[in-house]
Amino acid sequence: MSMRGPIATHRSATGIPTGRLGTWWLLASEIFIFGGLIACFILFKLNGTPGFEDASLTSVTAGAINTFVLLTSSLSVVLAHAAIEKGDREKSFKYIWYTIGFGLVFLIIKTYEYTGKIIHGHTITDNLFWSFYYTMTGLHALHVIGGMVIMALISFDIRKGYNFQRVELIGIYWHFVDLVWIFLFPLFYIANF
Amino acid sequence: MSETHEHPNYVKIWYWLLVLLAISVAGPMLEVPALTLITAFGIAIIKSFLVAANYMHLKFEKKIIWLLLILALCLLGVFFFGTAPDIMMTEGDQWIDCIADKSCIEQRL
Repeated sequence: MSMRGPIATHRSATGIPTGRLGTWWLLASEIFIFGGLIACFILFKLNGTPGFEDASLTSVTAGAINTFVLLTSSLSVVLAHAAIEKGDREKSFKYIWYTIGFGLVFLIIKTYEYTGKIIHGHTITDNLFWSFYYTMTGLHALHVIGGMVIMALISFDIRKGYNFQRVELIGIYWHFVDLVWIFLFPLFYIANF
Repeated sequence: MSETHEHPNYVKIWYWLLVLLAISVAGPMLEVPALTLITAFGIAIIKSFLVAANYMHLKFEKKIIWLLLILALCLLGVFFFGTAPDIMMTEGDQWIDCIADKSCIEQRL
């Protein structure tokens, strides 16, 4: 590390700090992962594939609460970023942990949903709808867990007084995870026809 | 972040996101499929735009980020329309609709 700080903050051949550019690159690749799955889901649904009527068995209430939780977590992580820009480390630390808390609530609700569905026999091999449901929501939940772990690590860094730029980077990632859920919610919970 | 720009009113945007969430949940209660499509996916697009533009600060980003994302979405479109005929068109001599007769599902399991 040079005297000017980490490369992620000061090197900017494109006019954008390398760390932020790298984060956007990562998200561009994530568009293919989730976008590809969403595209396949839509194609099979439009084709009238048997099993997709099971969308009526998902809980709109649970999905809506989870959407509320993730939207609120997006607010808390952007407030963490705003706080660290003003140099308020403690406030930023606090908002990051609120976000981790919201992530945990999301996962608890998702686990409750999974348990209910599995008890009623709707497992990943039940039909194509449930295969998509568990693959896409499971992959999304893994992203939530990954984001929570990284946020926890970053929170301790900023408390010690370094790597402030990472709050913005994990924030961008977390908002993307929120964006994916914004599309999964109507796909699996609302469009039941 | 080294650039300086005005922060949007994050709480106000959050309020708007919640209003949109309420509309998307209420939409299916009218039991009009076409309207549900709009309230579900149309509002999802608006919500994602609000999050990307304001929370992800995309409206302050340089053009190269926009190009990067547009390129990704265009390639996704190529994937969608490239595979669509395989899934959507099931007529012709060489087509076997194995999902309908469940033969390929049994093979996979």
